[in-house]
Amino acid sequence: MRATAPARIDVRKTYKLFIGGAFPRSESGRTYEVTSAKGAFLANAAQGSRKDARDSVRAARAAQPGWAGATAYNRGQVLYRVAELLEGRRAQFVSDVAAGEGLTERRAQDVVSAAIDRWVWYAGWSDKVAQVAGNANPVAGPYFNISAPEPTGVVAVIAPQESSLLGLVSVLAPAIVTGNTVVVVASEDRPLPAISLAEVLATSDVPGGVVNIITGRTGEIAPHLAKHMDVNAIDVAGALGASGITWGELEAEAAGTVKRVLRPAGDDEGSWADAQSLNAILAYTETKTVWHPKGM
Amino acid sequence: MPRFEYAPAPESRAVVDIASSYGLFIDGEFVESASGGSLKTINPATEESLADVAVADESDVDRAVRAARRAQEKVWGPMPGAERAKYLFRIARLLAERSREFAVLEVLDNGKPIREARDVDVPTAAAHFFYYAGWADKLDHAGFGPSPRPHGVAGQVIPWNFPLLMLAWKIAPALATGNTVVLKPAETTPLTALLFADLLRQAELPPGVVNIVTGAGATGAAVVAHPGVDKVAFTGSTAVGKRIAKEIAGTRKHATLELGGKAANIVFDDAPIDQAIEGIVNGIFFNQGQVCCAGSRLLVQESVAEEVVERLKARLGTLRVGDPMDKNTDVGAINSAAQLARITDLTKAGEEEGAVRWTADCALPEQGFWFAPTVFTDVSAAHRIAREEIFGPVLSVLTFRTPAEAVAKANNTPYGLSAGIWTEKGSRILSMADKLRAGVVWANTFNRFDPTSPFGGYKESGYGREGGRHGLASYLIEGSTR
Amino acid sequence: MPDATRLGAMTSTVTTPSSESAHGPHPADRTGAQVAADAAAVIGTADLSEAGLRRFLQGLPGVDRVGADGRAAQLGTRSIKTSAKAWALDLTISMIDLTTLEGADTAGKVRSLVAKARTPEPGDATCPRPAAVCVYGDMVTVARDAIGTSGINVAAVATAFPSGRAGREVRLADTRDAVAAGADEIDMVIDRGAFLSGHYRKVYDDIVAVREVCHEADRPAHLKVILETGELATYDNVRRASWLAMLAGADFIKTSTGKVSPAATLPVTVIMLEAVRDFLATTGVQIGVKPAGGIRTAKDAIKYLVAVNEVAGEAWLDPDYFRFGASSLLNDVLLQRQKLATGAYSGPDYVTID
Repeated sequence: MRATAPARIDVRKTYKLFIGGAFPRSESGRTYEVTSAKGAFLANAAQGSRKDARDSVRAARAAQPGWAGATAYNRGQVLYRVAELLEGRRAQFVSDVAAGEGLTERRAQDVVSAAIDRWVWYAGWSDKVAQVAGNANPVAGPYFNISAPEPTGVVAVIAPQESSLLGLVSVLAPAIVTGNTVVVVASEDRPLPAISLAEVLATSDVPGGVVNIITGRTGEIAPHLAKHMDVNAIDVAGALGASGITWGELEAEAAGTVKRVLRPAGDDEGSWADAQSLNAILAYTETKTVWHPKGM
Repeated sequence: MPRFEYAPAPESRAVVDIASSYGLFIDGEFVESASGGSLKTINPATEESLADVAVADESDVDRAVRAARRAQEKVWGPMPGAERAKYLFRIARLLAERSREFAVLEVLDNGKPIREARDVDVPTAAAHFFYYAGWADKLDHAGFGPSPRPHGVAGQVIPWNFPLLMLAWKIAPALATGNTVVLKPAETTPLTALLFADLLRQAELPPGVVNIVTGAGATGAAVVAHPGVDKVAFTGSTAVGKRIAKEIAGTRKHATLELGGKAANIVFDDAPIDQAIEGIVNGIFFNQGQVCCAGSRLLVQESVAEEVVERLKARLGTLRVGDPMDKNTDVGAINSAAQLARITDLTKAGEEEGAVRWTADCALPEQGFWFAPTVFTDVSAAHRIAREEIFGPVLSVLTFRTPAEAVAKANNTPYGLSAGIWTEKGSRILSMADKLRAGVVWANTFNRFDPTSPFGGYKESGYGREGGRHGLASYLIEGSTR
Repeated sequence: MPDATRLGAMTSTVTTPSSESAHGPHPADRTGAQVAADAAAVIGTADLSEAGLRRFLQGLPGVDRVGADGRAAQLGTRSIKTSAKAWALDLTISMIDLTTLEGADTAGKVRSLVAKARTPEPGDATCPRPAAVCVYGDMVTVARDAIGTSGINVAAVATAFPSGRAGREVRLADTRDAVAAGADEIDMVIDRGAFLSGHYRKVYDDIVAVREVCHEADRPAHLKVILETGELATYDNVRRASWLAMLAGADFIKTSTGKVSPAATLPVTVIMLEAVRDFLATTGVQIGVKPAGGIRTAKDAIKYLVAVNEVAGEAWLDPDYFRFGASSLLNDVLLQRQKLATGAYSGPDYVTID
């Protein structure tokens, strides 16, 4: 504690949830203290509840047809615009990441650069994934037959616990690029980059409800998403390192409605340096095959 | 008495020899089960017993998985793709050569009409092997990066509705990608899988590459649960699929699940009406409606609903129900007493809930398991017959007024396997196809299958695709997302 | 195991009628005014103008070619054996319009054809006779004389067969000659050019005019209207032309002249059977169907009978409502008939050439 007050007192930000394009407090009224890697107070984050998760799923479901219905070109542009805004807010993300993950500023700069570049990489897939993962199928008969990937619907993303920005971007961007909408449970101890990202999304052209972000206790919220019957898929990577829950338990809950489950790549979170892949996109797609006769 | 009475045209049963009992096919030979347990498989059209079939327990499954592992590591995995391909081509050719034998055996064990076994099940199964054979040495070009790797041992559990065809859907891509297989056929239809084992002898497939363990649910559960199984592929009910997904949670076993459905077959007022009627009939009465992608919910535009239903009923009057071995039979026997009970139960619920039942007026044989083609009208979306998979020759007719309403009703189900659209308007077809949440959309056709065409569901109809290039993905480490 | 059981009685008003109600008045017994009234009832207005006809014909449900082909192929897989086959073979013979339509036709050739029709199977009185012999108009007299009282009809192609490319008066005169010479049946061709260019009213008027000539005889000649489906190119056109011909008063709709390839096909015949089925449901008038050209084997003919049975209904299993236009078909059916009788495969030396 300083003995004297600084010349100017900062205006601090209140960190809230991001649901349906708005920034509500948790319906539970709860908050929890977020500290830096060194233990210094950073903020009080909203401690989201299962009802916040429920509201988020509702918002995500409402936004999904519109987002999926946008042209792939449009989604690509909207997502690229997010990268532009991320670049503009670089300083804040560097500060968030440095404090939360205990990185030097230089290292934090690298992480933010990687996150922005990753966002750009995934954004560019919007109008290519169907070409790469789709097929014209030469069936043995007079039929037009084509297979193309479509978004699976609403995806719950249990975000990585350690890599609070790059990890988050690595699991979020591939989910939304094809037209899914998501409910993210942010890193429990390092939620601030997620909320900063929400602020970017809120000022971008990404429609409200496409991305919903809940901060709070992963072990409390994630199981409700895993068994929520209106969620189509779940990334359980963030269960690694979360207390009170394992990814296997989430996968078992998800089985109740045959959710698509994206498992963690390894037994620990690892580096997210190379974590960009087409499979991360395809994990949240459904291949639809359409037949039609060919006749005069 | 019809003027043109088709005389009986029975296929000959003599083309196939059925042994009185069968063991398990493990490591290239038939062996006794450890417990000595067995079950009887019967002809559902006559209830006559066909054979005693061994029941594999956990120790038998363990033997099979070990054999598969050895074969994968020592023989099949290291074998160049071009050589694997030639085995698969052999299998495809042998299936074609012995097609009549397989078709007859399928009819006897399953109850389906010989016309379908002969014209659909067996040729499509052979085509599936032929298609995937060609992939075995081209995996580098399949879009999964250079030298994609197999998972190892695939544990596969298949249903009774298309016993041989489902075997082909499972085994062909698994072997093409370098996996070895432990396959569990359905309890009520094991015989064509066991005949397939004999075909593998002729193909001289190395021992252990394909192992066939017969039995009931417990055997399938043992296959799924075995720690030596790297990849699970299941086709069957959604209830069992959920159990499997739960069972393998946290184990990192990969899975493909091909589960139930309650497909909407949507008929617009500008549909090519005569072909639509055929599509409706084929959609729900093909294989006695025991098809996961059956068009069991007819959604018909209100303006033509009455006409469509009348025409449909008239068409159903020409369906021939009876002896599955007769070449002119259109609708055969229900596969089992249990399935018949389920169909009967659900149709009873349909009547009790207020839907109007119409059943084709036909004499059914006294022995065996039979259900006459049935159509329910005045069905509401809340009725059980509009929501639950009946898996029988029972059609529920609902109506709609606008395309948006058709989409909403079609998608209003936890399932998402298939859908049908009938309209002459091209842009409407494409827009509808975009909006329907189903893995296969048939427009102005229904129930078409092809080895090159991916098949699989959305939502609770499962995940993963079988057929086509997509069907390779889940048998390769680099292609698997779950 | 019981036999495969055919499902019960038809219940629909839309499709196959019961056999009792089907054989009402023959369509040829309608007056021109009745035909026009039926047409107006079908279209829903007395406006039988070009525009009115176009609206109706283009408003008919489409035909998906692949689906129609598939349905026909499936009907073709029926296995008709033993007693069913014997019955079908005899029915086939009784439905044949035994045909010779060559530039080289002579009186001798026609007399020989008639002799074959009168005695298709020498020494077997149980063998039915073909329904008609079908000849060019100038051979009607020869055929009529040769037929005597055998009950076999004489059918004549007319209206500048096969192309129809002549003025209406010439086409009518051609018809009038044949009717005057005693033709029981007239097989006319539609003006495909007019049809393809959308001049439906022209096609309609032609048929009406020919029908009037047919009715100039004491006993009206039955009118078969040849659509020449091979030139209509699409199944949608086949359906439209079928309806147009029925509206104008055709007693039969016939696929082909036999001079254009493809001639009769099973899918096209299925579509025409659907049309007559639906026309009956709408008007109560049962029109016949005649596939012609290219049906050479008993096996093929039986596929058509299966299609008749399952698509239009058993009311059409009758020479008054279904015919085969064919020449070589008869002998193949006779060979099959001999095989069924003796158990031995027969050969061409055991049937007579005509």
